[in-house]
Amino acid sequence: MASITFREVEGSSLKYWLLFGGLGLFVLFGALAWNTMHHHGHVITGMDNQIVWGLPHVFAVFLIVAASGALNVASIASVFNKPMYKPLAPLSAILSLALMLGGLLVLVLDLGRSDRLIVAMTHFNFKSMFTWNVFLYSGFFGLVGIYLWTMLDRSVKTYSKAAGTAAFIWRLTLTTGTGSLFGFLVARELYGTAMLAPMFIIMSFAYGLAIYLMVLAAAYAWTGRPLGDAVMMRLKSLLVVFVAAVLYFVVVQHMTSLYFTKFHAVEAFILRDGGIFTTLFWVGQIVIGCVVPLVILLSGLGKQRTWIMIACALVILGGMVQMYVTIIGAQAYPLDMFPGLIEKSSFYDGVVHGYTPSMPELFLGLGGVAIALLVTVFAIKVLRLLPASLDDATVAKLEH
Amino acid sequence: MKRILALGAVVLTTAALAWAGADAQPKAGGAPKPVITKAVKGEQCVEPTDIMRRNHMEFLDHHRDQAVIEGVRTKKHSLKECINCHASEKTGSVAAAKDDFCVSCHSYAAVKIDCFDCHSTKPQGSVAMHPLNAETAHYKHQLAAQANSKVSAEEMAGVAQ
Amino acid sequence: MSELKSMSDNTPNSPERRRFIGAAAATAAGLTIAPGVILVEVAHGRSEEQGASSAVRWGMLVDATKCATGCNDCVTACSTENGWTPVAESKHAKQAPQWIRKLELQDPLTQIETNLPMMCQHCAEPPCVDVCPTGASFKRADGIVLVNRHTCIGCRYCMMACPYKARSLVHESLNDTQKADVPRGIGCVESCTLCVQKVDRGDGNTACAEACTAAGHNALLFGDMNDPESEISKRLRELPTKQVRADLNLNLGVRYHGI
Repeated sequence: MASITFREVEGSSLKYWLLFGGLGLFVLFGALAWNTMHHHGHVITGMDNQIVWGLPHVFAVFLIVAASGALNVASIASVFNKPMYKPLAPLSAILSLALMLGGLLVLVLDLGRSDRLIVAMTHFNFKSMFTWNVFLYSGFFGLVGIYLWTMLDRSVKTYSKAAGTAAFIWRLTLTTGTGSLFGFLVARELYGTAMLAPMFIIMSFAYGLAIYLMVLAAAYAWTGRPLGDAVMMRLKSLLVVFVAAVLYFVVVQHMTSLYFTKFHAVEAFILRDGGIFTTLFWVGQIVIGCVVPLVILLSGLGKQRTWIMIACALVILGGMVQMYVTIIGAQAYPLDMFPGLIEKSSFYDGVVHGYTPSMPELFLGLGGVAIALLVTVFAIKVLRLLPASLDDATVAKLEH
Repeated sequence: MKRILALGAVVLTTAALAWAGADAQPKAGGAPKPVITKAVKGEQCVEPTDIMRRNHMEFLDHHRDQAVIEGVRTKKHSLKECINCHASEKTGSVAAAKDDFCVSCHSYAAVKIDCFDCHSTKPQGSVAMHPLNAETAHYKHQLAAQANSKVSAEEMAGVAQ
Repeated sequence: MSELKSMSDNTPNSPERRRFIGAAAATAAGLTIAPGVILVEVAHGRSEEQGASSAVRWGMLVDATKCATGCNDCVTACSTENGWTPVAESKHAKQAPQWIRKLELQDPLTQIETNLPMMCQHCAEPPCVDVCPTGASFKRADGIVLVNRHTCIGCRYCMMACPYKARSLVHESLNDTQKADVPRGIGCVESCTLCVQKVDRGDGNTACAEACTAAGHNALLFGDMNDPESEISKRLRELPTKQVRADLNLNLGVRYHGI
């Protein structure tokens, strides 16, 4: 890639420091939120013995899934040898590392005994998908780190393809593992399905790319570097495919469940009777997350950069909502221990469980997002991750 | 010029810190020394004191895994039995007040105790079961019986466990 | 020792009196210790060096036909024995731990109601044990499913996995209100332990079963399912029983009659 020059972001404008400071402030709020939650216990959160995993998990799983997907662009470059993606690869790698870091931090800081992380690192139950995830996430940092090194250091460039392939396979395994966290749970009707693993993979493609596109466009706009339409259009078309695939998976999942009489009640809950969950599903996940972005990107609007950014933002928002419905909606529906009978107890059996997220949970989640963006902003500045120019002329030269 | 100023700043800071640090030694500042209240029951601990001082955590760790996972409920290194002997007379606990048995050493050594998030710090129920108590369960009775001054009602009440 | 010899039997410090007091004290001490010793023998409890053994499988038989409507004795007994606050007295009801609860079931077709207590089912193949990342959720050799709070990191994955909603998280600090025999703490997950502290010291019964028997309902029967001569094994051979969510094939330690 002799024609592509990578350069750090030069200079430090006021806007850069404001961005850095703003993100840092949210990181601080996240730390304070964790401190409060750890000190007082989960009693100050909206999570209880019915909704066991709440907003922090929504953020954490979203970030982890997006992290895996953000590596896609780099994978397409190294593993599938598409020359146009090669200059986009370093940013993809760092973004995926940053998002993974943010997601993991939120997950780990929400533990009931977050001071016992050492225990989690030294005691393993190899039948638990959670344990496998510990290895998958740590390995991810290692492999993507090596991959990034092969991209930045010319002396190890030849290993880029091998590193990229290893990272690609590893992250597919990782996302399968994340989906299987839920897929392996036989107790709940909305979990316990093999569908969840591939669905998480396809969701990772969509969310990761949407975030990547927004970060790419913002980085180039704010550093005054040219970003040509060739790159934007190619990535936009890719996003269309991924979002359409997500919609397909959601449709197939619900159509299959609807076929089984025993799942009629829980499907009615999600699709019709669930109040906030139904609204979130249709308006948030389907319309905002899938349909509207597809309409925007496939129509003439999709040629305008602003509209592409809007579509990306909607995909991200819809993705968060999808995580909310998947994680919290499934817990809101009560366990069916005695099918056919109406259940009642002091432990909220037989009733739909409500959930109101609390401030500490929200700020912990936002803190994770802020750390991810902060790491990215910092890395772009100090490392040679961004090509000096991605205008159409430069990109066209790569295609030979 | 800049380098001389920087060097000067470093030298001054080091000197200031050294002066501040040197002065602190003779003064008895810092954490209060631990108060090792004698256990009211028993003549000695289950292990020699110097071994206990350094290794009590190892005994407890090993015993807790055996107790919880295997269901082996021996009393020698049981935390509950430690508490039964070492609970302070004043607070009835090993970790309630600053000079209670566990807390006084641990706050001096600045080592956080994790046990009492879950474990009760107070003995409950019969405390006569510990083997060491068998000989000395009425140690306090003997003390009270040999007292030359009057024994107050509260003391007798405290003795009659 | 001539001073001693000169003392008569009637003086307060006579050796005879001392010996009498000593004997009385020893008897008193012996009587205090004796009940524990006797209980250990009667309930063929293990010695304290012996760990739990897989030769034993602790289980419970719940006779839902005998479970009384509106009776909460098992719940009260459990909360008293194990030191958790009953939900009615809790300030944060939705976050309050409930090791055992009464379930009221109604058939929508016939309006027939059934009552039963629901607690950790002590599965032989527990999903909670499968998913615990640190192995804190584990099944003891004698079948009791427990949480090792030394290793629990409070991830609540076991709560997600349990098909019976048996597990609770301790959401707030317990401020040293725990029972000495039942350590439980903030941030860790907990559930019914089949009164493991009572089982291990040889009581041979759980608090809930004792309370139910004391109230005269006799709906709960605890015992060793591996012992063909135990009360529970004999009853299991007489009564038809079912496992809750039997389709999950978890081989539960708690069996129900009348559901």
